[in-house]
Amino acid sequence: MASVEFKNVTKSFGNFHAVSDVNFDIGDGEFVCLLGPSGCGKTTSLRMMAGLETPTSGQIFIGGQEVTHLHPKDRNIAMVFQDYALYPHMNLADNIAYPLKVRGEPVDKRHARAREVADVLKIGHLMDRLPSQISGGQQQRTSLARALVYPAKVYLFDEPLSNLDAKLRLEARGFLNHLQRDMGMTAVYVTHDQAEAMALATRIAVMDQGKIVQYASPIEIYRRPATTFVANFVGNPPMNLVEVEGAQADGRLALKAEGLGIGALPMTDAIGKALATSNRLTLGVRPEHLSLAGAGAQNTIVAPLFANENMGPESLVTLDRGEGARVTARIFTDDHLDVSDTVTLGFSAEHVHLFDSAGNRIPAVGE
Amino acid sequence: MTTEPLATPPKRKTRNFALLSNRAGAAFMLPAGLLVSVFVIVPFFWVIFVSFTNRTLIGATALNPQFVGLGNYLALFDPATFFQRGQFGFSLILTTQFVLASALLGQALLGLLLAWLIQTVPPWIKRITETFVIAAWILPEVVIGFAWFAFLDYDNGTFNMLLESLGLPPGDFLLQQPFWVIVVFNTWRGAAFSMMLFNSAFSSIPPSYFQAADVAGASSWQKFRDIGLPLIRGHIVTDLILITMWTFNTFTPFLLTNGGPSYRTELVSIYNYRVAFQDFQFGKGAAVGVIMMLINLAFALIYLSLGRKRAPK
Repeated sequence: MASVEFKNVTKSFGNFHAVSDVNFDIGDGEFVCLLGPSGCGKTTSLRMMAGLETPTSGQIFIGGQEVTHLHPKDRNIAMVFQDYALYPHMNLADNIAYPLKVRGEPVDKRHARAREVADVLKIGHLMDRLPSQISGGQQQRTSLARALVYPAKVYLFDEPLSNLDAKLRLEARGFLNHLQRDMGMTAVYVTHDQAEAMALATRIAVMDQGKIVQYASPIEIYRRPATTFVANFVGNPPMNLVEVEGAQADGRLALKAEGLGIGALPMTDAIGKALATSNRLTLGVRPEHLSLAGAGAQNTIVAPLFANENMGPESLVTLDRGEGARVTARIFTDDHLDVSDTVTLGFSAEHVHLFDSAGNRIPAVGE
Repeated sequence: MTTEPLATPPKRKTRNFALLSNRAGAAFMLPAGLLVSVFVIVPFFWVIFVSFTNRTLIGATALNPQFVGLGNYLALFDPATFFQRGQFGFSLILTTQFVLASALLGQALLGLLLAWLIQTVPPWIKRITETFVIAAWILPEVVIGFAWFAFLDYDNGTFNMLLESLGLPPGDFLLQQPFWVIVVFNTWRGAAFSMMLFNSAFSSIPPSYFQAADVAGASSWQKFRDIGLPLIRGHIVTDLILITMWTFNTFTPFLLTNGGPSYRTELVSIYNYRVAFQDFQFGKGAAVGVIMMLINLAFALIYLSLGRKRAPK
């Protein structure tokens, strides 16, 4: 196990900067998720750690040793590929034992070790099969077994669950979480699925357009998203963002928007600074912090109903505020929810997030 | 909404459309069919027939060839002369050596090596290599035959000039090492095909296979042995059979050495040409042709059966 460090790493393809001037470090035994939409540079970053891509500039360290230009085979890392990259002409035993074969281990020894790992992953009974003769979930576990069969400094995962169906994905996710608890491995995990990142990571690096927007623990990212991009990316469904007009009144902050009724908020220096630039702010409220409110509620959003989706333990109630701006509430009830054509959603002031006109978070009182 | 049942359902043949009537189709087929019959099918049977006669170009047997049964075949396989220089057996053994050295070892091995090496080099080196190798392949036979003759000539050849400028003694390769000259020539000539075939086979392997091996710690040789080679096995079989057939039938070395000196480069195709069109023994030449045809047929059958074995997978 070892730490990983990126120092001013940039990777350009022609004029396109896939990764631009990225700095971050991963501690020994940490499970870090690189999270972001496709094309944000997360896979390129991972491939640079593996040595499958070379940075245009900057340095990469693994376990304190510079590896920027080192060949993958000399880095002592393990990687699970999105397409699993299982060798179709080898049976599972040979596939899993391949890293040991190239290390010169004798055949009975490496097959015994492969069997050991396979048993943990519950594919031990399939060792004679070819990859084409097992299911997708089993293929995924085989590629995982191949990565775990030898002691590596860092384990890299390139969207390993994205080819699985929803049920298998949940199962595999839980298993990976368990494995991380068991082994305490240093792992870097690339995904575009925020739920996967939240469930697995000790820290999440949210990436957008080749840059890291926020690098923090899942809870921190959920509670205090650094930008509207992060707020809009994390959460299921993501945070509701409402464009508002802010103004100072009697030493407090008053927010104005169509259909929005909100009591004045305490004023801070940070808000004052944001208002000095522009009075256009963004108000954020998570769907789970919205509730169906009566007329007496203090903070409300009123708009026509767009959709009412019953999911079993909860219902998603979506309002249409016009011009594609929608607000979704997660209402926790397993009853059928009867809502009128115009809905009033209520929320409490402590759940309000504020962002300035550039989309950056304005720290709340006490942050 | 209701739909009325169709009064008369359309009659359907097994074929649901036809661009032409059968008669018009046959009319279009006729010219090509005639040409193929006249120039391929008739000669095919004609050669088999002639191989059982003592037909020649001139003399009494030109006008009235006699039926000699298996006479021509027995003469070709006469144990007393079979292995002598300029005889069928000598030529057959020479051709076998030629195929082994220039096709299987030369073209296939060199092609495989080149194809593997250009997988990892920068694109511009790959393009230059491909251009040179393919140039050797697409140039007209007569042109390269003469070019090689000029290259290897004792007095004025380019190769000897190069050797001399390096302070090495010149050699009369065309006379002293004629067999190795045509082996090198045919390797140079045909390596492009194997290289292109193996190159496209390697390119069809998902890059993640090699990347996974890289990360696992495999060396270039291990990747080649454990992943590259097993995954293109089918292409290798195809390539070996094709180049074996082509090299077995090749006539181009004739342009370099004329089959000589003293029959030392007389491959079966050249032997066949000499018997039929220099000695004008049509009957015997036809018999050689029939034997070559049978050998080719054997190759083709192996090829087809291997292809069929792989197909269901």
